[in-house]
Amino acid sequence: MKTIVPIGPYHPLQEEPEFFTLTVEGEKIVSVDVQVGYNHRGIEKLSEMKTYDQSTFVVERICGICSTSHPFAFVQAVEDIAQIEVPERAKYIRTIIGEGERIHSHLLWLGLAGHFLGYNTVFMWAWKLREEILDVMEILSGNRNNYGMFKPGGVRRDIKAEDIPMVLKKIDSILPTLDMLKKAVLDDPVLQARTKGVGILTKEAAINYSALGPTARASGIKRDVRKDSPYAAYDRVQWDMIVTQNGDVFDKLVLRVLETFESVKIMKECLLTLPPGEIDANLKTIPPGEGIGQHEAPRGECFHYVKSDGTNRPVRHKIRAPTFMNLPTYKSTVINQTISDVTIILAAIDPCYCCTERISVLDTKGTKLYGGEDLVRLSQAKTERLRKEMGVK
Amino acid sequence: MSALIFLIIFGFALTSILGLVASGIDRKVTARVQYRVGPPLWQPFIDIIKLLGKENLIPSGASKLAFLGAPLVGFASVVLVATLLWKNNLTPAQTLGGDLIVVLYLLVIPAISLMMGGFASKNPLASVGASREMKLILSYEIPFSLAVLVPVIKAGFLIRLGELINFQAQNGAVAGNLSGFIALGVALLCVQAKLGLVPFDISEAETEIVGGPLIEYSGAPLALFRLMKNMLLFVLPFFLIIVFMGGFKVAGWGLLWSVLKYVGLLVVITVIRNTNPRVRIDQAVRFFWGPVTAFALIAVVLAFLGK
Repeated sequence: MKTIVPIGPYHPLQEEPEFFTLTVEGEKIVSVDVQVGYNHRGIEKLSEMKTYDQSTFVVERICGICSTSHPFAFVQAVEDIAQIEVPERAKYIRTIIGEGERIHSHLLWLGLAGHFLGYNTVFMWAWKLREEILDVMEILSGNRNNYGMFKPGGVRRDIKAEDIPMVLKKIDSILPTLDMLKKAVLDDPVLQARTKGVGILTKEAAINYSALGPTARASGIKRDVRKDSPYAAYDRVQWDMIVTQNGDVFDKLVLRVLETFESVKIMKECLLTLPPGEIDANLKTIPPGEGIGQHEAPRGECFHYVKSDGTNRPVRHKIRAPTFMNLPTYKSTVINQTISDVTIILAAIDPCYCCTERISVLDTKGTKLYGGEDLVRLSQAKTERLRKEMGVK
Repeated sequence: MSALIFLIIFGFALTSILGLVASGIDRKVTARVQYRVGPPLWQPFIDIIKLLGKENLIPSGASKLAFLGAPLVGFASVVLVATLLWKNNLTPAQTLGGDLIVVLYLLVIPAISLMMGGFASKNPLASVGASREMKLILSYEIPFSLAVLVPVIKAGFLIRLGELINFQAQNGAVAGNLSGFIALGVALLCVQAKLGLVPFDISEAETEIVGGPLIEYSGAPLALFRLMKNMLLFVLPFFLIIVFMGGFKVAGWGLLWSVLKYVGLLVVITVIRNTNPRVRIDQAVRFFWGPVTAFALIAVVLAFLGK
């Protein structure tokens, strides 16, 4: 007998609205349908109405967890249009902020993964540890989250030399706890029993679905923007890309924990070798043109496309968050698993719906979706109409 | 003292107060383990009182009688078990014969009442939870009964709780022997599952099936279920103390020692629940039918051999 088990639109499993329709036979999943779009805020349009400096702040508010990923990618897209070189010091500061964010994001995920498995002690411990790194971010940027550090051409705030020893000490102080948490989590036999061999995303499937970030790396794909097309200071410091082979939830867990250590390494090295100099290239005008910006967000590659017409605001700003690519892998990982495992499989890609949601159109029955071409046609028609109304040729 | 007054004072009032305090301690200890401050000790009392005043919603399409009857059935059985246990402790001589078997049966009913409520509420998640509860009962009842068999064998096939206490008063606690100790460990794991605590909170699993059988409950019925679960947190270790650890003495220094026994068991339960993730239902069944039942059988054989 087939039953439909709904997860969502509001469910204690995930902190954001999303809707999974699981068709189950007993406890076994036979099919899954994912519906997102509860969180659409029109960020792209909003960004196109702001100046480049303002847009940096707008995109920072796309995601509350990986808040720096979007400005990181966005400013790189703008710099790509302007073809300017960012000062070395700014590159290092950007790297430090990016990696600090990765540490706190992975710890946040680790805690949530523990929570989803009913292991609330890990949840609380990981989040307590995360507080320390948030403190570090507060020292560096003035904010625990939404750092407001980025601007096209550089960073908005310098790292003071007198802050560095304190920050280094704080980072060192979390390492023993992080180590203990790593051992506690990775050596736990019950946790292994729950996650090993669960929700396997094969290498082939990961390639076919174009999975990104930790989701892809856990399936044995060496894909990391920081290594593949280095930006900021990622090619100036020593670090390893962590890749695990099995693609199950346990490998994703291991990968994220190990990546946290790599991030600590990068952050420390950047702080120690922070070059002196300017932090801003004083970008004045943006020439017409197109630019792309990529950043390896904690969840995978974050991609921004910006088109400029020479004015002070983007004509088109397209954002693709990593979850957009990772979400369809559910079709491959969830089928034939049980309801108990589905929750952790769904959580294993570290989904971020508010990052992902750009548009979704439904009719009143909630079935028909517009295809890509329909949307382009609608958009063109609207632009045409607006032009007529405003009298622009 | 008439039986009814005994039932109300000991079976209901005292047990529920102790159960709620135990639940408060459990929550406080859990909070401290997790670097939290935690709620005040009397928070479970506040929760129950608050729930009693809340609106009671019955889902449309649910079987009203079964839906509202389930918490009553479960609650009543726990009160009855508590009464029997207290009676045995206070006046071991005046209890009915074979009450161990009655208690074993009554201890299954809370889980069955959860199932009943879950299936009656016509919610797919509640049904999943109820079916998991059913599988869980099937898995832990065998080792639990086997473990309880050990003191029975030790005491020369006495199935009256009062006689078990008397036997232990003369020959020392059953848990002092190898077989009794193994059986206590087995029984403790089963109690963890009976209490529905991590790693065996499979039927409620809030992040998977949002509370399972309890998903549709609100107001007074939910309060009854909560009270039932909190009372079980006292009743089940209490039962273990009676059959394995020489009973619960209430006079003189014996009281302190008895309280220590109880707190010891509570701490073990709390520690297990805070250092494990939730297992899957098939893993739980395999665990209880595999190693746990094997250990229970070993304990039974050892008990026959007089170890």
